[in-house]
Amino acid sequence: MKRSALILSGCFLIGIFSLVPFLWFILTSLKSPTEITAIPPRIIPSFLWGAYHTALVEHGLLRYMLNSAIVAGGTTLISVAIGSLAAYALARFRLRWTRWYLMLLLAVSMFPQIAIAGPVWRILNFLGWLNTYQGIIAAYIAINLPLAIWILTTFFKELPFEIEEAALTDGCTWLQALWHVVLPLAAPALFTAAILVFIHAWNEFFFALVILTYPARQTLPVGIALFPGEYTMPWGDIAAASTVATLPLIILTLFFQRRIVRGLSAGAVKG
Amino acid sequence: MASLSVHRLSKSFGSTRVLEEISFEVADGEFCVLLGPSGCGKTTVLRLIGGLEEATSGSISLGDQRIGHLPPRDRDVAFVFQSYALYPHMNVYENLSFSLRLRGLPKEEIRQRVIEAARLLDIERELERKPQQLSGGQRQRVAVGRAIVRQPKIFLFDEPLSNLDATLRASMRVEMARLHQRLRATVLYVTHDQAEAMTLADKIIVLDRGKNQQIGSPSAIFHEPVNTFVAGFVGSPRMNLIEGRLGSRAAVFQGEGLEIDLSGALGEGWGKYAGKPLTLGIRPEDLQVGDQQGARLQGTVEIVEDLGSDRFAHLRCGKIELVARMPGNVSLKTGETLELNVRAERFHLFYEGKRITR
Repeated sequence: MKRSALILSGCFLIGIFSLVPFLWFILTSLKSPTEITAIPPRIIPSFLWGAYHTALVEHGLLRYMLNSAIVAGGTTLISVAIGSLAAYALARFRLRWTRWYLMLLLAVSMFPQIAIAGPVWRILNFLGWLNTYQGIIAAYIAINLPLAIWILTTFFKELPFEIEEAALTDGCTWLQALWHVVLPLAAPALFTAAILVFIHAWNEFFFALVILTYPARQTLPVGIALFPGEYTMPWGDIAAASTVATLPLIILTLFFQRRIVRGLSAGAVKG
Repeated sequence: MASLSVHRLSKSFGSTRVLEEISFEVADGEFCVLLGPSGCGKTTVLRLIGGLEEATSGSISLGDQRIGHLPPRDRDVAFVFQSYALYPHMNVYENLSFSLRLRGLPKEEIRQRVIEAARLLDIERELERKPQQLSGGQRQRVAVGRAIVRQPKIFLFDEPLSNLDATLRASMRVEMARLHQRLRATVLYVTHDQAEAMTLADKIIVLDRGKNQQIGSPSAIFHEPVNTFVAGFVGSPRMNLIEGRLGSRAAVFQGEGLEIDLSGALGEGWGKYAGKPLTLGIRPEDLQVGDQQGARLQGTVEIVEDLGSDRFAHLRCGKIELVARMPGNVSLKTGETLELNVRAERFHLFYEGKRITR
């Protein structure tokens, strides 16, 4: 009885700790400017919605949201599509170099982004893809593919091979087996990979800052970061914009929560 | 249905030779069993025929068509896996109809075939359920049903009963036999269970370590095993195999502390093996108590296994251990000395592992 109470309170504390920054800026977004900078800090806001109005209308938040949606959505779809094909090949075809390849992917994904930002910019500049959707999506696919491939390869390896062999004997080609049998069974892993890639692409700041310089094309992280003017630091507007920016992610994660848990625990399919 | 012809089939995985020049035929409508211990290569043969592996050399023909180079989908074979390999995300009806839907058959025909197969296998009531909701026996029947609806040229079964408990296995064995009678299908069936092989097969192919040991009817395999491996593998309890030497002046077999007169068994030609080391085989059921005919043996009872209908007596004759099978009503006591008889025609003799014919 005592032990579970201890664990429960521990979980509660960790949960609160993780939520504090988020709760804080929701509260900040509802305060007046004087309340924000008040000392001692005021916790309960006055529930003023002015900041939201400023963020949406004056700063063009909706445009940023649209850009983020297009970029993150496009990255996710393409990364998961290519990633699942790669992962299937790596998991199924018994090649000697698959381990080395996965290690290489891991190593490459650990490069500090600053180190490759310059060369990436130059490539996109050469292609005339700076400030375009395809440019930023291409860059994002490159940095997200390793993650997608790793998650999906691990999962595909867990699926019993005999089920695909049964599909092959039943009349499928490799691609038909993949479509009718493997992908439906791999749905949890696909959702997990998709969500993780989406979150990563949605929150990505550095590449977006370097590649997207026109406000019309900028994504949410960059847009919000550029709110501060030369003399002013509009905390309220920033907080409001951040809340709006985080909402889609929360909705998506809550919606797919069960599938993600299943995907992360990657149990073997028996049947 | 069609006949299968396998000619000099060999398979190596890297440097490991798994199959060595396997050749056999399965006639149209025949139930043929590939029997052998674990690791003998029998599943590999099945997978090669099914197209799930590629042969290193040799040919496979179904009907008069060479199929060795074709992918599984074009071979018109149906494979039933040991683990059933049902599609977990589809219900039973979808599992059964999958192959037919792929082929684009009309819905009505698909429905007809599926219902017919389900009726045959007594799984009509399970059509809406998913594999996870079924028992082991039901899943096994769905796996068989999936093969039946395809109406293939040959059925390939990979140890389909080995995942079932003993009672279920026994009843499914009978069902398999009935099914074969009804469908008159050409079947190639892999198992390590010699009881399954004996009861189901029209023809048995015994394999050991990638090599073909013997091909024949269950009766031939049982009564005339061509070598000590087949002799020891088929039959439960195992055939008693005794090492010894034939005398040089008389047809007397001498094992360790055991002497048997084989003049009746060997007849005139025994001189060929005078002085040579031989292996003598006696089936436990051929060691009779109270039968006055044939050669005589004496042994001390060490352990008695009482199975109700049968009793197995583990005896010691000199330094050799023998197993004898008695009807369940024969009284046996540990430490007792038993007098046993073996009729001359019941002896199996092997020289250098191979059968000596009389």
